[in-house]
Amino acid sequence: MSYAVKSVSQGDRELIAFRIGDQEFCVNIMSVREIRGWTPATPLPHAPAYVLGVINLRGAVLPIIDLSARLGMKASEPTARHVIIVAQVKSRVVGLLVEAVSDILTITDDNIQPVPEVSSDLEKQYAWGILAIDKRMICMIELGSLFPETESEAA
Amino acid sequence: MDMNEIKEIFFQECEEQLAELESGLLKLNDGDRDPETVNAVFRAVHSIKGGAGAFGLDDLVAFAHVFETTLDCVRSNKLEPNQDVLKVMLKSADVLADLTNAARDGGYVDESRSRALVKELEALANGEVPVASAEAPKAQPKPAVAAPTDDSGFQPIPFNFDGFDEDETPADAGQVYEISFKPRRDLYSKGNEAALLLRDLSRIGEMSINCDLESLPDLDKLDPEESYVSWMISLRTTRSEDEIRAVFEFAEWDCDLEVRAAEASPSGEELPMVPVPFDLSILNDDASAEAPAPSPTRDAAETPAAAAETATEASKMAAAAARVERKESAAATAAAAAASNTAAAAAGQTIRVDLDRVDRLINLVGELVINQAMLSQSVIENDTTGTSSINMGLEELQQLTREIQDSVMAIRAQPVKPVFQRMSRIVREVADMVGKSIRLVTEGENTEVDKTVIDKLAEPLTHMIRNAVDHGIETPEKREAAGKDPEGTIKLTAKHRSGRIVIELVDDGAGINRERVRQKAIDNDLIAADANLTDEEIDNLIFAPGFSTADKISDISGRGVGMDVVKRSIQALGGRISISSRPGQGSTFTMSLPLTLAVLDGMVVTVAGQTLVVPLTAIVETLQPEAAAVHSFGANQRLISIRNSFCPLVDVGRILNFRSTQANPVEGVALLVESEGGGQRALMVDAIQGQRQVVIKSLEANYTHVPGIAAATILGDGRVALILDVDAVVAASRGQSLKPEMSLAATG
Amino acid sequence: MKKKVLTVDDSRTIRNMLLVTLNNAGFETFQAEDGVEGLEVLEGANPDVIVTDINMPRLDGFGFIEGVRRNEKYRAVPILVLTTESDAEKKNRARQAGATGWIVKPFDPAKLIDAIERVTA
Repeated sequence: MSYAVKSVSQGDRELIAFRIGDQEFCVNIMSVREIRGWTPATPLPHAPAYVLGVINLRGAVLPIIDLSARLGMKASEPTARHVIIVAQVKSRVVGLLVEAVSDILTITDDNIQPVPEVSSDLEKQYAWGILAIDKRMICMIELGSLFPETESEAA
Repeated sequence: MDMNEIKEIFFQECEEQLAELESGLLKLNDGDRDPETVNAVFRAVHSIKGGAGAFGLDDLVAFAHVFETTLDCVRSNKLEPNQDVLKVMLKSADVLADLTNAARDGGYVDESRSRALVKELEALANGEVPVASAEAPKAQPKPAVAAPTDDSGFQPIPFNFDGFDEDETPADAGQVYEISFKPRRDLYSKGNEAALLLRDLSRIGEMSINCDLESLPDLDKLDPEESYVSWMISLRTTRSEDEIRAVFEFAEWDCDLEVRAAEASPSGEELPMVPVPFDLSILNDDASAEAPAPSPTRDAAETPAAAAETATEASKMAAAAARVERKESAAATAAAAAASNTAAAAAGQTIRVDLDRVDRLINLVGELVINQAMLSQSVIENDTTGTSSINMGLEELQQLTREIQDSVMAIRAQPVKPVFQRMSRIVREVADMVGKSIRLVTEGENTEVDKTVIDKLAEPLTHMIRNAVDHGIETPEKREAAGKDPEGTIKLTAKHRSGRIVIELVDDGAGINRERVRQKAIDNDLIAADANLTDEEIDNLIFAPGFSTADKISDISGRGVGMDVVKRSIQALGGRISISSRPGQGSTFTMSLPLTLAVLDGMVVTVAGQTLVVPLTAIVETLQPEAAAVHSFGANQRLISIRNSFCPLVDVGRILNFRSTQANPVEGVALLVESEGGGQRALMVDAIQGQRQVVIKSLEANYTHVPGIAAATILGDGRVALILDVDAVVAASRGQSLKPEMSLAATG
Repeated sequence: MKKKVLTVDDSRTIRNMLLVTLNNAGFETFQAEDGVEGLEVLEGANPDVIVTDINMPRLDGFGFIEGVRRNEKYRAVPILVLTTESDAEKKNRARQAGATGWIVKPFDPAKLIDAIERVTA
């Protein structure tokens, strides 16, 4: 059964799925601006380990987040095969480093299963649902919770 | 252009007029008695009233009217603009500003305040001294200022034009009036014409005219400007006598006019003259097209008709000289038009441009600068000859790009005046609230800075001013006890200094109470109880996050908002702030800000494999340290001797955590920098790549403030480079951590 | 041919209103910001009627009217003064300076056009 060909109607969601290591994640397609190849980032002093630095996106300075590290997994070693998902998170635009984009999904809320009780706070924080599609398990990520408005936090 | 656009123009103009009003009042307050200053103040209020009236903004009109009336008394020397009077007027200017804002977008207006001021203004206009206390004698009820007395005897009469379009007046109704109209010479010299008045009269009823030519002299004796002709008019109309007189409104003083109701019966036969429709065609440019239908009584009317024509001719004669000349000079008119166009152009040398358009231009030029740099870089990389015409062309392009950028930036440069003017209101209001007497002196208000900087300057400055009024200046009693002028002074100055704008706020208050500040800092765990701090360091504790010297949270200085917020907003602008204070004599806050938030002249350097930009304005000189000049000092400090003085060496790569061990100074380059209030430091970098103007890009837009970094930019290779925050790095080098916030006071 | 009107007023708001009103009514409009500029553009505009404010910087309405009347060519051109009802004294002074008539503020397009019609053929 293919989900991608279904036309989007009321209650449908479109998601972009991507791979980090052997896991699959997805985010709402509405928050994705573009997908681009990896370019070396300029490191920022005193930044958290998951902030790889900043790149120039047509004149704007864009922070690049190693999503793997941010999700508590091992830090990526970016290569030319990696891609950056440029996403709008609240008022900001960030670049998310992932290994590859795997799918574009159209689902209904019926496809979403609740996140099982797990011990880790981190997973509870960012995961808000799980999709079971073609025997794959895809974790739905809430980007807003990964990147709170950091103005006061940093100051 | 529609009414909404004009309304927007009106509000823009109001802002200018309000600024004009305030600066004029402040000049008067300083003893200026130039009549033109008074006139300008009057005009400002008058203009606001005029525009407001056109848009039916009644509240604004009503207040402006009272204000204007009082100002008129000053203008006519009936009211001396002393300090008490000006105090009321300055407050009125504030209320006028509030009312304008309210009219624009429904801002808040303190109505009781505005009502109270109306009373005070009226009292002033009525020659009463300002009411100093509640026990002062009640103002005698006098005729309201708003009710004008008409000393010229002119009564404004609402003129009803409704009847103009009516083709005929119903014959079955109406009263016959006999009107005697004898124009005087002045009527013509003021540009009125008897024929036009008769035309207007004919429009409100059925009319017959008898022209008296008796006093008309022979042609050779005729003075074309004298008035020789008079008319007897019989008018049948339904209008009142007042309405008939209203036709002669403009000519009232320049003619002998008698209007009386005829006692004759309503029938036309008994009129003393044969009624003749007044032929208006003579007044029309296109007479043939609108010639009236022939009158049934044409034969009988011949004589009076001729008379009417003569009358028209006579009145035309009055203007004859002018008309003839006008024709003769027709050829000269074109040349004159050209000349006057030049004159008009010289008079209006400004245009108004939507800020969005300028911003778009600035962004485009920013991109152009980056692209030009990228182009240059790739040409240099690919071109080995080095002398080709391409290189020369590129240099010219670079020069031009730079000039375009400077010119574009100049468009957005604005004087700080409007912000400074806003401050004077804040001083007045806060001083009033806390019962202090304070005057604000401003200097250098024409100093220009980029509009984006100006916009962001108001908030921290407001906060500092409130702070200075609330905490800086003492109460009049305390000041007198200390042998000071009971009136405190706050001085606000702006000036350019080495490519930055420096704003100083000086108060002559009590200065920082160091004991209290220190205790507070200890109580708040900001410093250790036994910390050994210099006076300067104690003073700067007030910028520590969460530090507030007021024992109670004050509405005036803001709810729990301290000077740390001010410092942070100044830093966000790429600026720095420091304080120096002398006990008993006052405090000086010094802010230094970049002139623009768009571009920066920088030195591009390499640090630990990274490319960084150091603002050129911070760099005093660059030097290549020799091994003999570098001295170890203590465990991990190193000093460099420069011309017999020792200056601490700061490894930028280490401070920014780009490397874990200090670099060898001899292998790098030292940038001697001067920081605001921090003395000199030698910043160690690995190599200098060159100097370049860079376009400033915000890191905060998509990320957050990075300690030690002021902003980012994009270099010729398209990569992002970070711009160093020299002050933060210097502060960090004093042993203060860059994280979480590089406040001087955050450490012990 | 369109009638030509010269307006003199220091208020940008009023200038714009005059411009819109007069253009809509089919006049050719010339504008000046104060009395000095008004006299400067007088020759080039060659107006059939002049509308002027009183309170203006550099040269006020009285001075401007006197200046126009001193010019042989324009001493018979109708001049209307923009004034407020309460300003009878000002009206009188304007008349003495040589004003033809007045338009009572607040600015009202219909009143303006009517007044112009009254003083022009």
